[in-house]
Amino acid sequence: MWEYTDKVKDHFINPRNVGFIDNPDGMGEVGSLACGDALKLTFKLGDDKKISDAKFQTFGCASAIASSSALTEMIKGLTLKEAAVITNDDIAQFLGGLPKEKMHCSVMGRDALEKAIAYYEGAAIQQKEGEIVCECFGITDIEIRRAVQESGLKTVEDVTDYVKAGGGCGNCHDRIGELISEVRGKPVLVKPVPKALTNVQKIKMIEETLDREIKPALKKDGGDIELVDFDHNTVFVRLRGTCSTCAKSQVTLKSYVETKLKELVSQDLVVSEVQQ
Amino acid sequence: MSNIIYVDNNATTRIAPAVLDAMMPFYTESYGNPSSMHAFGGNVARSVNKAREQAAALINASPEEIIFTSCGTESDSTAIWATISSIPDKKHIITSRVEHPAVKNLYEHLAKKGYKVTFVPVDRQGNLDLDFFYDHLTDDTALVSIMWANNETGVIFPIDEITRAANDKGVVLHTDAVQAVGKIPVDVQKTNVDLLSFSGHKIHAPKGVGALYVRKGTKFTPFLIGGHQEKGRRGGTENVASIVGLGKASALAADLPNTSMLEVARLRDRLETGLVSHVQNAMINGDTTSRLPNTTNISFEYIEGESILLMMNELNICASSGSACTSGSLEPSHVLRAMGIPFTAAHGSIRFSLSHYNTEEEMDFIVDKMPPIIDRLRQMSPFWNQGKPDDSMLTGAECPL
Repeated sequence: MWEYTDKVKDHFINPRNVGFIDNPDGMGEVGSLACGDALKLTFKLGDDKKISDAKFQTFGCASAIASSSALTEMIKGLTLKEAAVITNDDIAQFLGGLPKEKMHCSVMGRDALEKAIAYYEGAAIQQKEGEIVCECFGITDIEIRRAVQESGLKTVEDVTDYVKAGGGCGNCHDRIGELISEVRGKPVLVKPVPKALTNVQKIKMIEETLDREIKPALKKDGGDIELVDFDHNTVFVRLRGTCSTCAKSQVTLKSYVETKLKELVSQDLVVSEVQQ
Repeated sequence: MSNIIYVDNNATTRIAPAVLDAMMPFYTESYGNPSSMHAFGGNVARSVNKAREQAAALINASPEEIIFTSCGTESDSTAIWATISSIPDKKHIITSRVEHPAVKNLYEHLAKKGYKVTFVPVDRQGNLDLDFFYDHLTDDTALVSIMWANNETGVIFPIDEITRAANDKGVVLHTDAVQAVGKIPVDVQKTNVDLLSFSGHKIHAPKGVGALYVRKGTKFTPFLIGGHQEKGRRGGTENVASIVGLGKASALAADLPNTSMLEVARLRDRLETGLVSHVQNAMINGDTTSRLPNTTNISFEYIEGESILLMMNELNICASSGSACTSGSLEPSHVLRAMGIPFTAAHGSIRFSLSHYNTEEEMDFIVDKMPPIIDRLRQMSPFWNQGKPDDSMLTGAECPL
């Protein structure tokens, strides 16, 4: 069980400002169902240009709900300029601290606030730019650099706790280590990873990629795919459900499944279909 | 804490009062070492032997086929290491994708050490892909380790068929039966497994004691090397009190009337039917036709498991979740992912696991209290709007065509 502060428990059991403001002045959405937490923040400005009301809807664990609730309490009565300087650490501090592994909940609050302010200012909804470092959670180098800089993160594990990057397959740990050392100006030790993947590693990664990325996508349309075998970089798969009878199944295999596997596992892979 | 409603019996169970009574003398006056030459220790050795007979009887084994260990994980580790050390020339091992970490993580470790590992997939209902298993079982396979029943969904695997296939090929078969023993009939004379693990604290004995069944004639290399205890197969002075507890708990489980587990199943069904009929977008994970009598795994879509558990905690209801947040990792349960349960459901999965200590009143209390909890959390969820799912914020995961 997590050691939550009384304040976290209070904001979870008695969350403040749950809901959605119609015709909001500011609105920010972050996270996704797949990632396990998501937050939609809306606010309204008063005549004095201060935030007169703020509401949230959150999908997530107790600390995600508490962080969202805390955020709405913190920004009420502030001008946008004052609200804009709130950091994720401020949110965590407001709650008397969060377990280290849950710091990403406070980062989610800060991100939603930034988006909501950008929405008001008419700025284009902040596009994720930069290089995607963590494929599992879609985290860019910019987000990682920022978290390292602002929260003084030192290890790959810290980065995972704060922005989730590196919390899935682990393939990006080297790159995260490089980013940390770039920002902090000194090398960071990461576990050495063998250069060439073994077959077993490839099979594991193929299975994980199928499960995480490909199967959910196909299942949305009643299809499915299973790994049958792996031999000399050829991935043998069987299409199931609607995919097995779909006229475009070869396109799915080559332009989607193979591309995805090349991208996430190894450039050398070729996908081949095994008939029923 | 007397008003606790405990429906987390696949995590651990309460110690039966008769078990504690049987154990107490070994914490007080009967403190002799079973290995000692004096009668003071010899009497303790007799109690350990009695416990061995009781544990053996529960699975219809011979006493000399039982090795006492410190837990289910040690039994699993011992079985796997003992086998692969005894058959060093074969480097292929098989398991399922939904094993307990005690087996799964050891297999992943062995994969890194050069073993060729086959993980048998499961379908949407959590049933093993037997054809895949048969296709990958070869003469070069050293070991198959497949659980008897799954701890998260309660799905029971066709261990008879799996065992026959392994026997035919001369491949050693281990099963992690930690969740099966004491809940469904487990008979090693009928099911010809070579090695079988079970654990004390899942059957109303204390934590810190397990057992490993090793069929007579099975090649075995000790995992814990030390003294001559357990006939040299597991060194270390015996955890006497807990072993006596495991023996007593085994005897109690063996003596439980058949109707007892039927009653547990009735309560489980009452809970399950009540929840699914009172909460919309609630779905049962796992095949309900072949399932442990005490387990149900229900996904409450569009909300997150840790939040549900903590709300339940406010009412002193204890259960488990397969959500990411409860595991300390960022991804939901490997079992539900292997089954292809969508993220909308995996994050909001709750496992209720009963025991014969549960009552109908408790089930009705849960059925009464859960819908408002679910409702409350859904009202907070951006994926839920005015009493139904709101997909406007759901992105990605669309058909690539």
